[in-house]
Amino acid sequence: MAEFWVNMGPQHPMTHGLWNLRIKVDGETIIDAEPIIGYLHRGVEKISEVREFQKVIVLTDRLCYVSSITWSHAYCLAVEELMGIEIPERGKYLRVISLEIQRIASHLMWLAAFGADIGLLTMLLYALRERELFLDLIEIMAGLRLNSNYTRVGGVRNDVPADFEKSCQRVIAHFLKKLDEYQDLMENSKTFLMRTQGIGKLSKEDAINWGVTGPNLRGSGADVDLRRTIPYEVYDQIDWEPAIEKDCDCYARSIVRMREMRESCRIVLDALKKMPPGPYRMKPPRRAEGEAFRVTEDSRGEALFYVAADGDDRPYRVKIRSPIFCTLAAVPQMMRGHKVADVVSIMGSIDICVGEIDK
Amino acid sequence: MGVEEQVLARLKERFPKLLLESASVRPGVGRIKIDRKDLVEICFYLKEELGYEHLSCISAVDWKDRYECVYHFTRYSDGSMFQVNAIIPHDDPHIESLCKFWRSATYPERESYDLMGIVFDHQPDLRRILLPPDYRFFPLRKDFPQEVDRQYISRRKLKTGGA
Repeated sequence: MAEFWVNMGPQHPMTHGLWNLRIKVDGETIIDAEPIIGYLHRGVEKISEVREFQKVIVLTDRLCYVSSITWSHAYCLAVEELMGIEIPERGKYLRVISLEIQRIASHLMWLAAFGADIGLLTMLLYALRERELFLDLIEIMAGLRLNSNYTRVGGVRNDVPADFEKSCQRVIAHFLKKLDEYQDLMENSKTFLMRTQGIGKLSKEDAINWGVTGPNLRGSGADVDLRRTIPYEVYDQIDWEPAIEKDCDCYARSIVRMREMRESCRIVLDALKKMPPGPYRMKPPRRAEGEAFRVTEDSRGEALFYVAADGDDRPYRVKIRSPIFCTLAAVPQMMRGHKVADVVSIMGSIDICVGEIDK
Repeated sequence: MGVEEQVLARLKERFPKLLLESASVRPGVGRIKIDRKDLVEICFYLKEELGYEHLSCISAVDWKDRYECVYHFTRYSDGSMFQVNAIIPHDDPHIESLCKFWRSATYPERESYDLMGIVFDHQPDLRRILLPPDYRFFPLRKDFPQEVDRQYISRRKLKTGGA
């Protein structure tokens, strides 16, 4: 049969943003695929070079609108490394709490989109409803729901109100019950299992060689969670377990994310218990010189910021390593040999965010 | 002796003449500076002998008198990282591609070519990735004009007249 190219995008429900996936098909079977990106390129790296260190946080917040705190946090860590400052202990705990709440919100957004993609439309409504509770927690912390602008170079913007712990406990107790329900809904759904099990296989060696990170790598059976491998902030003092699944397929990747939400809840509660009183922010120096980089575990994988400065009050060069940008390179390999209908479950399971791909 | 010092010692022993600069950044993280012609040899050694299996990131920096390609490698077994700065002359921005060791190098190399104009030799698929194919400039270079809005200029700079 004749082979030809099909455009899945730029306007397609599977894309979750603005990008294009060209697939080469032979009948229903995919032979090759090629992601085409860049529709949302805003030049964040270039704009950062004319802004002062603190003012870049506004831009890094907008890299990914579903997990903004993790991105501005990665940037702040790199700049703090560059300036050689150590932030107060309470600031570190507040960061960990905000990061994990953001991670849950981001994973719930993934769950909503993934559910809708593969035919569990109820999941879309349920997950978005629960996500709202976590966005409310972020609003209590930072004052804004989405682009929260909470992390600062030198700490966080403000302390949490006195009853924050109680609100967290209430939301998490409610959420954990709901999460059991969702997991049942997923694991007992014939449609879900048929569309995810054995689809989009990516072995551990391939995943590492392609630079796949985060939940997608853990779904391939690699015991890599940067929160534990290269601990930052206070993750080494908190008691939690990374989620690892060995099946290498879409199902394993989604189960990793479901388990991670549970672990995040555990981290939030533990961090709230261990959080010491004291200052939460310090005054950083205005200028910096040299180069520094830090890696963090973003909700989608390894986020790396490389910041170079030449003694001015602005960064000389900011380089952003976006996890999904690198994961996208492995997509053709995951797709080869599958049917056109599987494109949706493969792309849904790796959790695309176009804002951070295109920078 | 920390992990990064052991790695640096082994590199110094293996390549005594090639390391222009070597330092330990923080526990678990080392850094070396090399010339572009030695990149493949050293990176191959890092991957095969020292076990840095993950290529995290490739960042190109325009230092006005030279380009630098900064490679970050991770070893998952103990979480140590390694940074390699390869120096590229400003009038001849070519460097060898690492695609044959790490397939993850493809996209970052294409991005560095797209935004900074660094040509990676023997790259199988060196095309623009973020910008349109008919775009004629390399926007992250320092000679690419950048509009500085008035509100971005710091108060101190306004007082001293930009000094």
